[in-house]
Amino acid sequence: MSDIMTPPAVRMRSIVKKFGPVEVLKSVNFEIRHGEVHALAGENGAGKSTLMKVLQGVHQITDGEIEVGGELAMIRDTQDAENYGIGMVFQEFSLVPSMTVAQNIFLNRELRGKFGFVSDRLAEKEAERIFQRMGVSVDPSAEVRNLGTGYWQLVEIAKALAKNAKVLVMDEPTASLAKHEVDHLFALIETLTAQGIAIVYISHRMDEIRRVADRITVLRDGRVAMVEKVSEVDSAQIIEAIIGRGLGSQLVYQDRERDYDAPILLQVDHLSSGSGLSDVSLETRAGEIVGLAGLMGSGRTELARVLGGIDRSTSGTVRISGREVGFSNPSQAHKEGVALIPEDRREQGLVLQHSVTDNLTLPMMHELMSGPLLSPRKTRRMTDQLVHDYEIKVSDVDAPISQLSGGNQQKVVIAKWMNTKPRVLVMDEPTSGVDIGTKTEILEMVRTYAGEGNAVIFISSELPELLAVSDRVVILRDGQTFRTLERSEIEGEEQLQLIIQGEAA
Amino acid sequence: MSTQSAERESSALHKFLSRLDWRSNIIYIAFIIVFILFAVTLGDNGFLSVGNTLNIIRQTATISVMAVAMTFVIANAQIDLSVGSVAGLSSVVTAMTIMNYGLIPGILAGLLAGAIIGAINGGLVAVLRIPSFLVTLGMLGLAAGLAQWITNSAPQPITNQTYVLLFGGGDFGPIPGLFIWTCMAVGIGWIVMNRTRYGRQVQATGGNRTAAEYTGIRTARTTFSVLLISGIAAGLAGMLYAGRLQSGRFQWGQGDELTVIAAVILGGTSLFGGRGAIIGTLFGSLFMGLINNGLILAGLESSQQQVVRGAIIIAAVALSRKK
Repeated sequence: MSDIMTPPAVRMRSIVKKFGPVEVLKSVNFEIRHGEVHALAGENGAGKSTLMKVLQGVHQITDGEIEVGGELAMIRDTQDAENYGIGMVFQEFSLVPSMTVAQNIFLNRELRGKFGFVSDRLAEKEAERIFQRMGVSVDPSAEVRNLGTGYWQLVEIAKALAKNAKVLVMDEPTASLAKHEVDHLFALIETLTAQGIAIVYISHRMDEIRRVADRITVLRDGRVAMVEKVSEVDSAQIIEAIIGRGLGSQLVYQDRERDYDAPILLQVDHLSSGSGLSDVSLETRAGEIVGLAGLMGSGRTELARVLGGIDRSTSGTVRISGREVGFSNPSQAHKEGVALIPEDRREQGLVLQHSVTDNLTLPMMHELMSGPLLSPRKTRRMTDQLVHDYEIKVSDVDAPISQLSGGNQQKVVIAKWMNTKPRVLVMDEPTSGVDIGTKTEILEMVRTYAGEGNAVIFISSELPELLAVSDRVVILRDGQTFRTLERSEIEGEEQLQLIIQGEAA
Repeated sequence: MSTQSAERESSALHKFLSRLDWRSNIIYIAFIIVFILFAVTLGDNGFLSVGNTLNIIRQTATISVMAVAMTFVIANAQIDLSVGSVAGLSSVVTAMTIMNYGLIPGILAGLLAGAIIGAINGGLVAVLRIPSFLVTLGMLGLAAGLAQWITNSAPQPITNQTYVLLFGGGDFGPIPGLFIWTCMAVGIGWIVMNRTRYGRQVQATGGNRTAAEYTGIRTARTTFSVLLISGIAAGLAGMLYAGRLQSGRFQWGQGDELTVIAAVILGGTSLFGGRGAIIGTLFGSLFMGLINNGLILAGLESSQQQVVRGAIIIAAVALSRKK
């Protein structure tokens, strides 16, 4: 009833957006109702961010109409969007770290006190009021750089609310949050929607969409592929709408007919480290993928770092093909055939301003020599080969890698390390921040690589994909091996989740 | 009991020390340590005399004026290497204009010289997006050469006593005019930095340019303005040199850019932008003057002074990096 009576908070009609000759949005309709959480999903490049940037006035529409509260809205720049009550919570945080919380919230709209001078005290009082409305407690006089990233997001939200936002766009809001912070965020979203604020929730994560969103719009290739109530569709349908090519089955475990008598490539016994491991044991046979599960801080990343030679162990042993090894730096690990694909590709995996070619060939330069010099011909050949094999979508291999999408960047990282032919490949969150299409491709790469007789340690917080590739799952807790389960012993995601959370024995 | 309370005290002290922000407070600690050191070792050489103290203030006034403006530049995550040369250029422009056209045109010409160079710096950085390091490095040579060229390397005497009185040579009662100039620069600088929207915009742009832009701040404009201000401040500093030394010379201010930048960084302003500490800058600049003065009183040769000064700056900056 009320849907018909009151106009939606925002209605975008037949939106077309062209960049030069390229049509990024091809007549998209998108509607946000007051007080709803509306999930916006789609692969990278499907048009999600363009649609939202149009709404925020970063880009202007080529054709179509935007209505706010039932009235035609002319959004020409971000200032207009703000005036219409459209707020944005950025994925790459948009705060000034050296300023206080209150200063950030009122940046460029500073409250004035005596003599027209900017007053921090007024700003702090006002910020306090906004945080109360949000039901959270943040110190408005704290400098932002001293706060955890979870708080940064709260400040972003407060900043939008301070401008009287009626619609909040959240782009991958949980990307950098720990589990309990995600819970807080969802509680906050509930508080806000109860006050009539509408939320556009952009996410790749199916479980979050199911948990928090009322409706979902899926974009594919610049068109709307689905608009539904979340309760009326299942995850498989959503995934189908997103990737649109029946690849949903890739996210299902495939029995690759392992050889259970294959030699043990990696054996870890009672490993401890100063970084938080206290007693970890596991083994991986040739051709096997072992999934590592556990909460944040359970020791997953710490184990990966010890295996990759970044951190040192304090006791316990690591054996490669039966021979005891100890690494004091990553280079020694490489020599023993262990490669680590690190958690944070921007910080640890890539040289962002270097070209695709340079990044791909960095660990393989010894094979590209011709005499004492690097051979451009050999470099070219290796690059072309890798780009082809790993289906990296790149128009110019000499352009900086920062221009590639997140998914393609991650493929470069994976290609770079698989190409060094490690016997043991340790992958820490290899699919974080990539779209579902790329994710399925990465999972397939992992399966193929293991199938060639290598051992893979696969770390992921996303249980569906962990279950899709792992032949065995090792659950860590407090730096110790808590349980080891064969894939066949695990019935499903929920059971595994319960074990990880420690609620079932 | 007593051990317990002692323990608590030491843990409270420890807490205080660990909370103390070294980066922003090192300058006060360094200032006090060096002051005491000189007072003890050089007390007999007249270090503590009123005359000497006023001397330090006189000699650092030009540095302080440029450093206040440089604090805005660095808080904006830019740099201005041309200030020393601009001061030299402005000193000769002022002197020549006073000689030919009189007092008021002379004052305006000096400020205008600084403003023009500041505007060129700002325009190239903000509009053409050339890094300020490169633009102002080029301008350093350009302004110095220009000053030498238009004067044929000759000093330009200033005989106008009103000018000398106003710009640096005079005292107002017991208070040196240069002290008043320093106070004005610091006072205005502090208010603008901490109590106006403009100050916030400058710091936000330096702290996170993208965030500032998304918030609606016209970042190109703030960047242009800080370089313009720095040019004008350097022009004023050159005029103060001219007043104190009663002449314009292309050498005035030569090499000051390094002293100015060191003063700002020592004062707790991060070289990466985002925060500007004006009071820290004042003490940074006084600290530099203190060292100069002490080393001269200690009888070191100018070559030795340079070595010691360099070492002290490195030590202070190294300490300030401790978290």
